[in-house]
Amino acid sequence: MKTSKTVRCMSFLFMFILLFLTTGCADNYIVLDPKGPIGEQQKDLMILSTLLTLIVIVPVLILTFVIVWRYRDRKGRKAKYTPNWEHSTKLEIIWWGIPIIIITLIGIVTVRYTYSLEPSKPLESEKKPITIQVTNLDWKWLFQYPEQGIATVNYVQFPEDVPVRFEVTSDAPMNSFWIPQLGGQIYAMSGMSMTLYLQADEQGEYMGSGANFTGKEFAKMFFTANATSQENFDQWVNQVKHTSPELTLDGYKELTKQGTSDVRYFSTFPEGLYEMTVTKYAASHNHGLSTRVQPPARVKE
Amino acid sequence: MWESVKEFASEFFVTGDPLIYGADVSIVLSIIAVVSVLTYFKKWGWLWREWLTTVDHKKIGIMYILASVLMLFRGGVDALLMRAQLAMPEMQFLSGDHYNQIFTTHGVIMILFMAMPLMFGLFNVIVPLQLGARDVAFPFLNALSFWLFFSGAMLFNLSFVIGGSPDAGWLAYPPYSELAFNPGPGQDFYIWGIQISGIGSLMTGINFIVTILKVRAPGMTLMKMPMFSWSVLSSCIAIVFAFPILTVTLALLFIDRYLGGHFFTLDGGGNPMMYINLIWMWGHPEVYIIVLPAFGIFSEIVATFSRKKLFGYKSMVFAMIIISVLSFLVWAHHFFTMGSGADVNAFFAVTTMLIAIPTGVKVFNWLFTMFRGKITFETPMLWMVGIIPNFVIGGMTGVLLSVAPADFQYHNSYFLVAHFHQVIIAGVVFGFFAGLYYWWPKIFGFKLNERIGRWAFWLWNIGFYLCFMPQYALGLMGMTRRLYTYGWDKGWFEMNLVSTIGAVIMGAAFLVQIWDIAHSIKHMKRDTTGDPWNARTLEWSIPSPAPFYNFAVMPQVTSQDDWHERKLRIEQGLEKPAKVELEPIHMPKNSGIPIVMSMFWFFVGFGLIFDWLWMAVPGFIGVIACMVVHSFNYDTDYYVTVEEIKRTEAEAGRVIT
Ligand code: HEM
Ligand SMILES: [Cu+2]
Ligand SMILES: [Cu+2]
Repeated sequence: MKTSKTVRCMSFLFMFILLFLTTGCADNYIVLDPKGPIGEQQKDLMILSTLLTLIVIVPVLILTFVIVWRYRDRKGRKAKYTPNWEHSTKLEIIWWGIPIIIITLIGIVTVRYTYSLEPSKPLESEKKPITIQVTNLDWKWLFQYPEQGIATVNYVQFPEDVPVRFEVTSDAPMNSFWIPQLGGQIYAMSGMSMTLYLQADEQGEYMGSGANFTGKEFAKMFFTANATSQENFDQWVNQVKHTSPELTLDGYKELTKQGTSDVRYFSTFPEGLYEMTVTKYAASHNHGLSTRVQPPARVKE
Repeated sequence: MWESVKEFASEFFVTGDPLIYGADVSIVLSIIAVVSVLTYFKKWGWLWREWLTTVDHKKIGIMYILASVLMLFRGGVDALLMRAQLAMPEMQFLSGDHYNQIFTTHGVIMILFMAMPLMFGLFNVIVPLQLGARDVAFPFLNALSFWLFFSGAMLFNLSFVIGGSPDAGWLAYPPYSELAFNPGPGQDFYIWGIQISGIGSLMTGINFIVTILKVRAPGMTLMKMPMFSWSVLSSCIAIVFAFPILTVTLALLFIDRYLGGHFFTLDGGGNPMMYINLIWMWGHPEVYIIVLPAFGIFSEIVATFSRKKLFGYKSMVFAMIIISVLSFLVWAHHFFTMGSGADVNAFFAVTTMLIAIPTGVKVFNWLFTMFRGKITFETPMLWMVGIIPNFVIGGMTGVLLSVAPADFQYHNSYFLVAHFHQVIIAGVVFGFFAGLYYWWPKIFGFKLNERIGRWAFWLWNIGFYLCFMPQYALGLMGMTRRLYTYGWDKGWFEMNLVSTIGAVIMGAAFLVQIWDIAHSIKHMKRDTTGDPWNARTLEWSIPSPAPFYNFAVMPQVTSQDDWHERKLRIEQGLEKPAKVELEPIHMPKNSGIPIVMSMFWFFVGFGLIFDWLWMAVPGFIGVIACMVVHSFNYDTDYYVTVEEIKRTEAEAGRVIT
């Protein structure tokens, strides 16, 4: 019969695909190659949950092949045939039970990590966190450094080993702020400010992107997140402070117009610009831990 | 004068794109072709009498299936265009705008105008037959549901050549779908296309709940009902709770856009997140609505081709009911990263995972139906077996996504795209394909060609794995969804290329399937048994294709798998084919009102999209008029005489004395 060939073909195909997936060049899998504590824990969680689910999946796949193989209809087969066997409490308890146990395990792990990885929770560190305010614009990212007084577009730099407190908002449709190698994303929404703590344990240039669709040139919203040494960072700030133009309110308005942008640096920005952006949309919504009370706008137009 | 006509036309029709001119030409050509063929063969009257006004559930089912295959073609072409654009970095094939329109229409068409009607088509042709019924509970309403779906779908498709397609994604999140960012008519096409067909879906849901609860054959208790009918019941219960949410959500969005409301805009005190919650309160159950019937199909097929009773009937029923309830408690897993806080995320993560339990149980039950069976691999069973590894992997990645803190990394990436296509294509579409191959002889009276069917199966599956497995990898490489372009520096080229090759293979598989159908029509061997697979449930006890009244005599059901048991008893000489007394059969009459009323709905939608009240208002009056006319129509049914029943049965090869 054709069946045997069919089954064999299928298992070959399957093996081929697994092989293909596992042997691709490994350093491309940036999500699995994290460079910071958050991404690290998320990767552990991804691997742990994969292993736990595999406990069920692998036996099921093997069982499928074995059963399909053994009970296929062919001449002279010896396997039993019981056309009316339709119930077994023992078996049913087993396969209600196993998934329940596995899901309970994954559930417990998930709940614990959900609390410990809540994005607005500060990271434990002796170093004082640095704050960077992120604004999603059509179709670029604006970064403001309230402590350093500088601003950048589509490029963000911070010192390694220092917790970075990203405050994220939007002056355009909802996007999502994501630096895969440092940790998971957070939505950038108008009218509210989300908090996301990340930290880089190693120096390096990491890819950052906008992960939630916002229209025509949304695909151009990649930026570089550069983790450097503290001195290097201080130097860079200094350089930006002395060599770059100012960001004025009018300049900001220009930025909010639809269009892509190259990397840009600004030596100053209007004070309270970020808060103004948030409150401009009437702080009408507030939810859970990732929001914080907004100080009133300090800038009048 | 001429100038203003030209100006109007250039805004009204979408211009400036060769693809769209191509579509214009092919639409016009195919309309001309259809009209002239119908006129030449003098088939207009036949078309009107036999199809457009029919209330026969089997014919309505066939029209659903036909429409959905056309939509699969349209959505598939969209998919290929997108995959072509993504095959290489920095591809210049599609612009950002165009790509956005394509993924939006692809998503909407595939889910709402392909998967849903394919599912409704199978409901329609099979459920009444399985229940031993002569029609659905409300045949007129059933026809109306179909035509509403059809005019909604046509309205939506029109946006491609008139006015411009929507581009805010298949769920149209505001503020991007609001007037400020999306002023063109595309988004209104979206709202009205879905709204009109959604009303039809809701009515189908109600219709089939009543049908299943009220018009089963005597003796068929709920716990003797075939599993497909159970799955339809659980799916319809979800429809009845979910679709009103969709209707209201889209209505609010329309009020925002048309009347300057502020439900989902931040200025004026609204909130876009409200929309996102509402749309997923419908959207998540929606995916279970389409997958539950596929579970039913697997259960029927696996029992038939293992020559064995379905294992664990009761836990299957229980599992499906739990799934349809739980599916309403998980919607927030679509936005773990929106900052709802750990309490909310933990709750929705756990409820999501819980669904994996009953789903897993069903897989085990299918496996143990095959265990100690005698499995043969005709095409329906081939699909069923092929689906198991596919669906199991898709389910596994679903559990991975539900781990909330990890989803911060998977969310909006290609990992997600791979996951949902794996459950939706491998679970739903392949499941419906399996059902289509299985019930094809019942619907049309002949089997599809097995050899070509196998080719299609293998091409679909190979293409599928090639297309979507690399996308999991792309997700882990940080590639986000809905990108229309990416750079060489990202390292995403190889996987994307493989993915596109897979998509092309699936396209080829679709063509092979069409060829299968054409070939089988040409070389068909009539099925004279009515039961070509030696199956187990009532629909196989009557001739194929089923006569318009389905059952000449109402069956008396005594057990699960009643038809199978009856065959056994007859074989063992315990039961003789009963001598029957025929009685006149009460049937509903055809009606033109459903199609006319849906056309009026079309005008309402079209008028509101273009803000042409001169069209919308009369359209609405027409809708009301149709309702009035129908409610004063008392001439809605008739009796089929015993003579005619005898004649029809004899033509189908069954002599009734
Ligand atoms: C047959 C082969 C198919 C291919 C090659 C394919 C390919 C694609 C691609 C390339 C995207 C865009 C992804 C992105 O840019 O984010 C997409 C999105 C989508 N597809 Fe498919 N697809 C296929 C079939 C289906 C089917 C059968 C369904 C549903 C029944 C479906 C439902 C969707 C949905 C809902 C989206 C999301 C649209 C959005 O982002 O708004 N697809 N598909
Ligand atoms: Cu918010
Ligand atoms: Cu969901």
